[in-house]
Amino acid sequence: MPDLGLDVLFKGKNMLRLLGGLWVAVKISIISVALSIPLGILLGIVMTWKNPIIKAVTRVYLEFIRIMPQLVLLFIVFFGTTRTLGWDVSGELASVIVFTAWGTAEMGDLVRGALISIPKHQYESSAALALSPAQTYFYIIIPQTVRRLIPLSINLITRMVKTTSLILMIGVVEVLKVAQQIIEANRMTSPNAAFGVYLVVLIMYFLICWPISMLARYLEKKWR
Amino acid sequence: MNWDFIQEYLPLYESAALLTVKIGVAGIALSIVIGFLCAVVLFFKIPVLRQAVSVYIEISRNTPLLIQLFFIYYALPKIGIKINPEVCGMVGLAFLGGSYMAEAFRSGLEAIEPIQMESALSLGMEKSQALRYVVLPQAVSISVPAFVANIIFLLKETSVFSAISLMDLMFTAKDLIGQYYKTTESLFLLVVFYLIILLPVSLLGSFIERRLRYAGFGS
Repeated sequence: MPDLGLDVLFKGKNMLRLLGGLWVAVKISIISVALSIPLGILLGIVMTWKNPIIKAVTRVYLEFIRIMPQLVLLFIVFFGTTRTLGWDVSGELASVIVFTAWGTAEMGDLVRGALISIPKHQYESSAALALSPAQTYFYIIIPQTVRRLIPLSINLITRMVKTTSLILMIGVVEVLKVAQQIIEANRMTSPNAAFGVYLVVLIMYFLICWPISMLARYLEKKWR
Repeated sequence: MNWDFIQEYLPLYESAALLTVKIGVAGIALSIVIGFLCAVVLFFKIPVLRQAVSVYIEISRNTPLLIQLFFIYYALPKIGIKINPEVCGMVGLAFLGGSYMAEAFRSGLEAIEPIQMESALSLGMEKSQALRYVVLPQAVSISVPAFVANIIFLLKETSVFSAISLMDLMFTAKDLIGQYYKTTESLFLLVVFYLIILLPVSLLGSFIERRLRYAGFGS
């Protein structure tokens, strides 16, 4: 059995440090999700409006954000805006800005998709049953869209958590950075630490994302 | 905006973009093969293999590519598996993409009513013939939108390759920012090159999707 460097994890506070690093990433994704869900719902509703200017603006925003790799967006905010606008933005703030903008675009598209997927006859039938527009939305449209949306937005959370691993690249000290530090610090005593430490980081991400995806899949099946 | 700078470092970006596309295309091709095989295993419910494929799909879908790459590039050499960065990027992309492609194929296969398979079998076709001539043509066209979305997703994911010291677009941009402080120009070129790579794929994707919707698939 070769030395897999797992012992490093139990030295000192290494495990706690890794968990602390993970919390930094998770915290950023929680804040971004909490901001992007309400903003995304607003964007989705706005996108169904008929006004051509609003349509064009939201469309361009959506397409640009969705086509650019998130890492490019992080670079633009972290390196680009600081230079052109002359403000000082921390890595954490830059990531929250980027992930919120990205999450809003994704969520907006989901909401728009859910809204336009409700067949017209749903509106017409409820009008025929003498429901007021408010009642139509409250009793007919919203329950149906929410059922479609909840599994999809839960999936968005896992995507957000996975994407937050990128913040390493703009210098935020998160779980991967801590992992690198631990490996560097122990390179003399246990040269194989990289295996154990990166394996544990991989497992940590899996343990966060897997239950969330399972929940999304369960709800998708149940509400189909 | 300093256009001389842009002109001077354009070739650097070109070769970086070429590397991104090269590894991206190779990784995506591999992931299509993996995804197809996995989907077939799941469709025919082959014992043992099916469980292995499910485990693979869960692991690959629930961990970030960056961590997968770190694991392949920095951790695997410790147990004796050494690969160069380019192959590592390709393998990582294929590992991530395989599961997404498998899900895309599977959703297509599942959308085909069992009656199609049964009818084909009752016409005296072999199982493999039924799959090839009846089920697959329909399934593939249903999974095309998911398929294109995956290709764009995987091309975007190639941006993390700079973490394993591949000289891709991100690496070049970061390098130039660090060396010359030409932030605006470097980022401008970065965005332009990603648009050149991604926009055609995205436009082609929405074109194909529209055509399929006209054909009335999936409704």
